[in-house]
Amino acid sequence: MSRNAQNDHLTRLEQTSIHVFREAFANFRSVCMPWSMGKDSNVLIWLARKAFCGKIPFPLLHIDTTYEFPEMYEFREKAKVIHGIDLIVRVNEDAIRRGIGYATHDPVTVTHELKTVPFKAAIDEFKWDALVTGIRRDEDPTRAKERWFSPRSAEGNWDYKDQPPEFWGQFASSAPEGGHVRVQPLLEWTELDIWEYIRRENIPNPTLYFARNGKRFRSLGCHPITHPVDSPASNIDEVIEELKLTKISERAGRAQDHVGRNSMQELRAKGFM
Amino acid sequence: MSTAFHSNPAAAQAANKAAAEDQRKMHVVVVGHVDHGKSTFVGRLLNDTDSLPNGKIEQVRKNCAAEGMEFEYAFLLDALIEEQEQNITIDTTRIFFRTQQRAYAIIDAPGHKEFLKNMVTGAASASAALLLIDAKEGVMDQSRRHAFLLSLLGVKQLVVLVNKMDLVEHSQATYEKIRTEYAAFLKSLGLTAVHFIPIAAKHGENIVQRSAKMPWWTGPTVTEALDAFRHEDDLTGLPLRLPVSDIYRFDHRRIVAGRVEAGAIRPGDELIFQPGGRRSTVRTFEDWPGPSREVVGTGGSASVTLSEQIFVERGQVAAHPSNQPRVGREFRARIFWLGKEPLVPNKTYKLRLLTQNVEAVIAKIEKITDASTLESIQANSVPRDSICEVIVRTTRPVAFDLHHECAITGRFALEEAGRIHGGGIILDARKEQDVREGKVTAAERSARSGHAPAVLWFTGLSGSGKSTIAELVERRLFDAGRQVFRVDGDDLRTALNRDLGFSAADRAESVRRASAVAGLFANAGHISLVTLIAPLAADRAKARAALSNHAFIEVFVDAPLDVCEQRDVKGLYAKARRGEIAEFTGISSPYEAPESPEVHIRTDKLTTDQAVDLVLDALDKVLRSKAEDWEV
Repeated sequence: MSRNAQNDHLTRLEQTSIHVFREAFANFRSVCMPWSMGKDSNVLIWLARKAFCGKIPFPLLHIDTTYEFPEMYEFREKAKVIHGIDLIVRVNEDAIRRGIGYATHDPVTVTHELKTVPFKAAIDEFKWDALVTGIRRDEDPTRAKERWFSPRSAEGNWDYKDQPPEFWGQFASSAPEGGHVRVQPLLEWTELDIWEYIRRENIPNPTLYFARNGKRFRSLGCHPITHPVDSPASNIDEVIEELKLTKISERAGRAQDHVGRNSMQELRAKGFM
Repeated sequence: MSTAFHSNPAAAQAANKAAAEDQRKMHVVVVGHVDHGKSTFVGRLLNDTDSLPNGKIEQVRKNCAAEGMEFEYAFLLDALIEEQEQNITIDTTRIFFRTQQRAYAIIDAPGHKEFLKNMVTGAASASAALLLIDAKEGVMDQSRRHAFLLSLLGVKQLVVLVNKMDLVEHSQATYEKIRTEYAAFLKSLGLTAVHFIPIAAKHGENIVQRSAKMPWWTGPTVTEALDAFRHEDDLTGLPLRLPVSDIYRFDHRRIVAGRVEAGAIRPGDELIFQPGGRRSTVRTFEDWPGPSREVVGTGGSASVTLSEQIFVERGQVAAHPSNQPRVGREFRARIFWLGKEPLVPNKTYKLRLLTQNVEAVIAKIEKITDASTLESIQANSVPRDSICEVIVRTTRPVAFDLHHECAITGRFALEEAGRIHGGGIILDARKEQDVREGKVTAAERSARSGHAPAVLWFTGLSGSGKSTIAELVERRLFDAGRQVFRVDGDDLRTALNRDLGFSAADRAESVRRASAVAGLFANAGHISLVTLIAPLAADRAKARAALSNHAFIEVFVDAPLDVCEQRDVKGLYAKARRGEIAEFTGISSPYEAPESPEVHIRTDKLTTDQAVDLVLDALDKVLRSKAEDWEV
């Protein structure tokens, strides 16, 4: 067998994700892909380019909280050019005028105002009926219950108690009235898979993931509430070796997840990714 | 609450040493009657294989203490509030863990009756199943129902776990009784359990650690049994089945996109697309970023360009001509039904088979089976959560295999109002038996043609390319199995319109007659293609109105007058310039360009192939929307 015909673990994940992308594009009128510029998001871009033979045939959306790390803005502009992205950027200017911010408000409120609210407004504006997200089942127990195609109501709510069955490659083919469907090509991937794939494919990513002065970011969000973890891993090989041994959860550095016992679930039921 | 299940240090180190470790994650579904201990078992399995994140178990113990509850391993999984309140698992939870042998995704499927659809979702993606039976309660409804579904979903590797052995004093006699009874039941379904393992999940007995309290058990522990499971068979050796997901025309390339569901495909392969039966050859794969693969095997997503441009659309299945799928409109199937409303005969459902999506009715219910007792039920409709054998009839031909020949192309889902409510496997194909009486309806004609009728109205100057494009469109549609006929303006002039000249009144009459002829063909279920200069907007508007009961697509074949005149295929422009033809459109008679045609083709800017694709795309959209209206 040639290298081309290889059917390893990462290739299987990749090929399944490509299939999910293509089914979404064939089934829905108007597709958009929110882009956080984080590693999972960047893998999604790569997979979309593979699915559509080089060029992504739908727009990407960056909800800019204005609290991104400066390096992320630089990365955004660079990646836009590399991948030929059609990018829509949205900021909740109104909330910022009202003084919503991490200095004065709790993370759940800020996340809702600066992420969820402008995100819903963009959906209303562009009338997308499918949104591609980088949700992985291994990230959090509430995400473990996700489907490849996951319908959301017009209010963006997720009815996780009454989800459509999904089997034999047949997905929910239509969005609820006024709502949309979340398409989740990375569902089966783990954090380790993501990094091994980034290494194999040489996918551009922000360098914040690599250790400087003994600390690195494992997950990237707004800078006031995203904390680096202790790590000597300063390149991709070291990150992969570290992940093979770690038992600390990926989102441990993301403060909004840990405010209340069920804060993640509350955020998600309200439309957070 | 944040939880992620990562690999454990011991296993990771072992993995580093053993390069041969199986990288493929095995999907295992955990099923069984409600309260027979599935969540407890999975919680314990994670704990005993050291697959929990640091501090997780302490955190759950703390939460339990705070709420005055006794700690249970099941709480590790039941992360959502509602679940903890109801004390049952809501949905298919996937948890990743790892033994020294390989990685697993374990699916903690719910046992509560009304949540069957979630179990189906989980089990359909699993290669193996663990089924728990409470040693004290014995075999219950769901124990049987779940096994029935496993057999239907094609999960062949099964291990039965006789749980809560601690509650029956670890009695071998109790264990043997359950084993005998349940093995006989499985046999009636054509299933065999690889092992029946006695366990006590709560205390971790025979999960990873061998139980000292059951010395009579000499078989494997649960993890040993898991590691002995094999991955599902590789289907690359089967005949090629490549369902088309889409056709991409993002640039100059025309790419047929699809996932290889069985077999393998290579450049140079001759393909036949069913239904339709049109043939072409694989020219290239268009992999990005390249280089392209030499072969795409089962599970691979392919991007194919073809040597001969043929009409291909989503839903068709590409195969090698030597081994094609069946094509037909009627088959016998075994269906499991999960819909709130019962499955009833003669109601239209959407049948989804790979990327095919057609309307279908249950023509006849042959047998309804209670999944837990396997007894037949007499009824005119199929209630929720039961299993039946039926005759399915589709409005259009579908490509399929029998389930025992190729499972992946021998099964389908049934959808109503955008939601999947059931699934089925195809047992055998049937010849169509139409038993209808009286007047033949338009819907019946559509059902027979496999598409709605339509009128494609090509207008434009003489020499703009109307006939050239229309002929190619006709060819592509005809080859794709469509009923199609071309009504040509020049042909009409030699017969039906022999009495007409080129005055404004005669031109109006000529357009009227052409639209009447096109209407007749459309009434007969055809796609009619009209090519007529029809220079006046008012005449064309009348034609559109006269044909308003059909899908009407106006195609403006547009080329500048000087280009048409230069082409002058029939020498007419030269004659007109010499004054030999009076009232020649563009020269001595006006042409009113359409203001908003459905398709606008600049033949001086596009290739003929591109023009044809534009027309076919527009038609495809219209036919798809019309397909929603069919009735049988």
